[in-house]
Amino acid sequence: MKWILQFLTSSIGQKLIMSLTGLFLILFLTVHLIGNLSLLKSDGGAAFNAYSDFMGHNPLIQIISKGNFFFIFLHAIQGFVLYFKNKGAKGSKYAGKAKDKTSWASKNMALLGTLLLAFILMHLGHFYVRFKFFNDMPMVNQDGADILNTYQTVSEVFSNPIWIICYLIGLVALALHLKHGFASAFQTLGINHKKYTPIIKALGTGYSILIPIGFAIIPLYMYFIK
Amino acid sequence: MKLTLKIWREGGMYASGKLETYKVEADEHMSFLEMLDVLNQQLIEEKKDPVAFDHDCREGICGSCSMVINGQPHGPQKGTTACQLHMRSYKNGDTITIEPFRAKSFPVIKDLVVDRSAFDRIIQAGGYVSVNTGQAPDGNAIPIEGDTAGKAFDAATCIGCGACVAACPNGSAMLFTSAKVAHLGLLPQGKVEHEARSQKMVAQMDKEGFGMCSNVGACEAECPKEISLENIARLNRSYIASVFSSE
Ligand code: HEM
Ligand code: SF4
Ligand code: FES
Repeated sequence: MKWILQFLTSSIGQKLIMSLTGLFLILFLTVHLIGNLSLLKSDGGAAFNAYSDFMGHNPLIQIISKGNFFFIFLHAIQGFVLYFKNKGAKGSKYAGKAKDKTSWASKNMALLGTLLLAFILMHLGHFYVRFKFFNDMPMVNQDGADILNTYQTVSEVFSNPIWIICYLIGLVALALHLKHGFASAFQTLGINHKKYTPIIKALGTGYSILIPIGFAIIPLYMYFIK
Repeated sequence: MKLTLKIWREGGMYASGKLETYKVEADEHMSFLEMLDVLNQQLIEEKKDPVAFDHDCREGICGSCSMVINGQPHGPQKGTTACQLHMRSYKNGDTITIEPFRAKSFPVIKDLVVDRSAFDRIIQAGGYVSVNTGQAPDGNAIPIEGDTAGKAFDAATCIGCGACVAACPNGSAMLFTSAKVAHLGLLPQGKVEHEARSQKMVAQMDKEGFGMCSNVGACEAECPKEISLENIARLNRSYIASVFSSE
């Protein structure tokens, strides 16, 4: 059993944790966005309420949701460990300045990650905590059952331009984090191949642009158009 | 050409380390190290302490000439060591900042000289083939696919200079270690011990306190032998596989 601990604390083992949890979060974001796009429907929120009722009561989704929290936690903790260890291993900086040939995002993953963590906490405060732990949620009768009116909660948050700006900042951080993170996760897994790496990089660029835009459309549409 | 040099002085009379400014007259045919020789001659004549810097072959193959020139390990010319950099890359009136490689695992000994024995210990941990592989004809008798031989050769061009560590914002030695693991592991003589070697060399690399790879790519950009990041992926692969498959 010692080997597991040894592996998970080795440099490559720690990077593997980042990569696998990061890839899980990428999958999660995809599903999260597809579900949330139902907010754009002009049905008074019926589709979104039904969707969140399903997500809130399906036992399998509940297990995955717990896993998701755990992976965010693990990714963030491991990310901070990486940041401090790497900073210590570098020591001091150079006085001479050369033209930078590497991407800004790749060197600021921990800063972007910290922004994302702050975003996630705000986001959970707005919705998850309210849905789960408060009894003041508005209800709605849909298809003969009383369910939470999550649509109304979302509209309330997105009627405040300050929150919309906070969400947009979070999404810019996400775009930059993924611009480097998506392809990086595959390199960490050991996948670097003449045929596949250009495809992975293109997918990564596409993902890091389209997913944040997809999320950004929701508050903007709800504020300006609905 | 007249140059202003800002050189990191540390050790001896400069215990705490700081940048000192010097004036030197060089011509464009000199190599960068010859220009430093001129400066040192000048300092000796002035009865001052000459600048300590590492060098040996002065033809780009030994990897000794560690220095960071205007923020770049081995200076501005792509795929070129400091000793092969020539003063024609500079012009009259330029100011050049010269610093030692910076990483916790490469402590400064004096001025521009750093202790890179951590690399030797990584090699000692597994950068060898344990059995007698015979003479050149024995090697030539083993058919090796051209592409594989090419990749092994590319990795073998690593001169162990440490510029990858110096360039990396994390002080990571993954490019060096992965080049050494790849150069042996891609060839039949080295394949047998490939997985065990990956484990031993990574363990030693971690023990030396090098940072972890964030896939930034500064190492590949500054490496005088243009060692590819593909080697790092290959090492990740063989390390992860060996951890799960070995007994
Ligand atoms: C939805 C949120 C997030 C997603 C989808 C995500 C995704 C990723 C991915 C795919 C990587 C690349 C892994 C690799 O290079 O092997 C990564 C790296 C990283 N993430 Fe996140 N991440 C998220 C949130 C966070 C948070 C909250 C933090 C908090 C500190 C964080 C900190 C980091 C750090 C420091 C790295 C760099 C690791 C390295 O040195 O390469 N991330 N992330
Ligand atoms: S990989 Fe390149 S930079 Fe690193 S030690 Fe080898 S030759 Fe030098
Ligand atoms: S002195 Fe040998 S590589 Fe520069």
